[in-house]
Amino acid sequence: MEREPRTDVAPGRLSPEAYAAGFSDLHPGFEPNAARVEAERCLFCYDAPCATACPTSIDIPLFIREIAKGQPKAAAKTILDANIMGAMCARVCPTETLCEEVCVRHFSDGAPVKIGQLQRYATDALFDAGAQPFTRAEATGRRIAVVGAGPAGLACAHALARAGHEVTIFEAREKPGGLNEYGIAAYKAAGGIAQREVDFILSLGGIVLKTGVALGRDFYLETLRAEYDAVFLGLGLGAVNALGLDREEGAEDAIDYIAALRQAEDLSALPVGRRVVVVGGGMTAVDVAVQAKRLGADEVTIVYRRGEKEMGASGYEQELALTEGVAIRHYARPVAVESGRAIFERTQIVDGRLAGSGETFDIPCDQLFKAIGQALDPSGVETIDLLGGRIKVDDERRTSIPNVWAGGDCVHDGEDLTVVAVEDGKRAAASIIAALVGPGRFGT
Amino acid sequence: MADLRTTFAGIRSPNPFWLASAPPTDKAYNVVRAFKEGWGGVVWKTLGEDPPVMNVSGPRYGALHSADRRVIGFNNIELITDRPLQLNLDEIKQVKRDWPDRAIVVSLMVPCEEQSWIAILKRVEETGADGVELNLGCPHGMSERGMGSAVGQVPDYVEMVTRWCKQHTRMPVIVKLTPNVADIRPPAMAAARAGADAISLINTINSIIGVDLDMMAPLPHTRGVGTHGGYCGPAVKPISLNMVAEIARTPETAHVPLSGIGGIEGWRDAAEYIALGCGNVQVCTAAMIYGFKVVKEMISGLSEWMDAKGYATIDDFSGRAIPKVTDWRHLDLGYAVKARIDQSLCIKCGRCHVACEDVSHQAITREVNGVRHYEVIDEECVGCNLCASLCPVENCIEMVPLAVGDVDVRTGRTIIEEPLPWDRHPANPMARVAAE
Repeated sequence: MEREPRTDVAPGRLSPEAYAAGFSDLHPGFEPNAARVEAERCLFCYDAPCATACPTSIDIPLFIREIAKGQPKAAAKTILDANIMGAMCARVCPTETLCEEVCVRHFSDGAPVKIGQLQRYATDALFDAGAQPFTRAEATGRRIAVVGAGPAGLACAHALARAGHEVTIFEAREKPGGLNEYGIAAYKAAGGIAQREVDFILSLGGIVLKTGVALGRDFYLETLRAEYDAVFLGLGLGAVNALGLDREEGAEDAIDYIAALRQAEDLSALPVGRRVVVVGGGMTAVDVAVQAKRLGADEVTIVYRRGEKEMGASGYEQELALTEGVAIRHYARPVAVESGRAIFERTQIVDGRLAGSGETFDIPCDQLFKAIGQALDPSGVETIDLLGGRIKVDDERRTSIPNVWAGGDCVHDGEDLTVVAVEDGKRAAASIIAALVGPGRFGT
Repeated sequence: MADLRTTFAGIRSPNPFWLASAPPTDKAYNVVRAFKEGWGGVVWKTLGEDPPVMNVSGPRYGALHSADRRVIGFNNIELITDRPLQLNLDEIKQVKRDWPDRAIVVSLMVPCEEQSWIAILKRVEETGADGVELNLGCPHGMSERGMGSAVGQVPDYVEMVTRWCKQHTRMPVIVKLTPNVADIRPPAMAAARAGADAISLINTINSIIGVDLDMMAPLPHTRGVGTHGGYCGPAVKPISLNMVAEIARTPETAHVPLSGIGGIEGWRDAAEYIALGCGNVQVCTAAMIYGFKVVKEMISGLSEWMDAKGYATIDDFSGRAIPKVTDWRHLDLGYAVKARIDQSLCIKCGRCHVACEDVSHQAITREVNGVRHYEVIDEECVGCNLCASLCPVENCIEMVPLAVGDVDVRTGRTIIEEPLPWDRHPANPMARVAAE
């Protein structure tokens, strides 16, 4: 007689020590000697490919040389000058497809300089020292509104404040930081680094942060345009894509779950399924899968509708998932989520397009996460031109509306990466500064 | 299998690797450990008159580190042996008796008085040691007392002391020179005139290894103040090689056997010294940094290389490079090389480009057809070797000579068979005068 499968979603699956171990640093930072030895591997390339590959154009050879010569705080200044969120980027950037991918050391000894790790070493040194390397230019009296305290908004606000402008940031959530605070695996941001970084950015001065206020609900774009000299929108993606199933109630949103995990005071109170299925193939899919495993799930399976190469998660992230004991199944898409199981249909490429094969299979499943991407929530920005469902911007990150700039995940251009969001914020700030006071230090 | 045995200044040893007079040879205990590892000989750390000297009990050494913290330069402020003379002599006698096949030479430093030298030579002879080495080179401490480099810097004193020793002992006399002179040849000639059986060089170089920027004091320091020390290690090898070559190609000194000292860390360093005319070599720093076992690599490596080259004995290649050492004015100005970058090895770091562009002759491209690509522009390349020197990939950049008949596209001149040195070059006004 067939028994009805139970769903087993429960908290407290592990010992306190196991929680602590599972959510501490994925890789501990360099000790000084290890940092120096690694730094000395850098060849100080001319016109360095790594710096060209960095979306924020950090002068990587220079900061590594500063580490090699024993001045990590000077190195941090070099990093932060180009990328004010260098500390988090050191932890979350897919360096193996950016700076480290093009490191010439690949060709001379088969392995790149560990640029991300060195960047973390330098920025940690600066934060540990509590040093503030930046100063503000003389006050301009200009006021700028920034909507969203994620990487794009914070980077924009910092650059504007440095130039002497007064910035007010409006943030819908209770805490600033955006996805760094709410949307990235805990073991990548151990030690409260996301908040330490935000604190560092705000400590420059000239930036007022208002939290718990949402665009389109508590304030409106037209009001901002009237009250401020310029507006920057770093809204992120507030809406979650749907699986498109008839019954989707059993599917949880991966981003919400990660946010709950990141904000949890006590990880043992967080319920997790015994058998977890994650639908999706990006970084978020890996983040939620690995964290579910580390919360004590027995079986975690990522199911992605296409192949390994098409996955948004980098090779490094995929390997991390596999090492953690997560199974990855390719070429399958969900057709139903039921109590105790999820039903998938095998997919195939027909004439270059993805198609169902009609063949289905079950995966036992107590908890299913969807990590299939997010979309712009257009509330409050209905008057702005969109492109592909996101805000349309030009090279300088100007929107279709005068005096309104935008950047980060909410715009159509660029990959959804922290480092790209920072560059957006930086570029928009340069454009705003040029628009308000003419080209200066940032506009040249 | 190459025969590494040497007879240097009449002293036989199973291989050309001796430990130099220095901390590693201060006691029987160390010397016996060295012999067990295979060292061919030692120069016992310098003996002086009783009462023995005092050393500082603060730091005696300082190091210059490479990027990966290897010691590439080393300095010290240690004096000669601080143990009683008789204790050293007794140990020398015992060790020589126990290790008769190894060379034991005794380094000496006493005041510039004939009686002092006579007295100590007599006592050393009683030990059965194979020879003496006159320490006329220590640049720190002892030089303030009129010994060491204070003697070696004055050719007349070198000659005087060497004569006393040659007169008062039957033992071979090796004169160890100081590099802290403007020209190494006069003291070497003085030693040769006095009949020295051999010359060894170099002793250490006057040096301050670094500055403690917190204490604002030189390193190493003793209660906050420091003094210059003697510099040695791999970084001094080029200085020593030049001095060896100068002595080896100077007619008045060319016949004197040379013992090469300075920065020898492996077989290749030793082979280079021997190629420039040395009969053997002495090592200190490498042993101090890595222990006595380094000699095993020196022995096996030199032997392998000699076999590969077909040299049966040390004498077969000793001095072979001396005829190739000449003066600048004899260099052929009609000869030209061009750098060639092996694109299959190039890792595209761009350092050759920026160096050539910033500080040299703008002869290496940065990109070709919009792609990162480093290629030599023959029209600008002067063949200076800067790019090849700094390239992080071995053999990626080669300096290729133009053949006779080729046109150097930089100068427009055709390479000719006949060498064209400066003293015969048309661009040299003095040469033209001479021709007329």
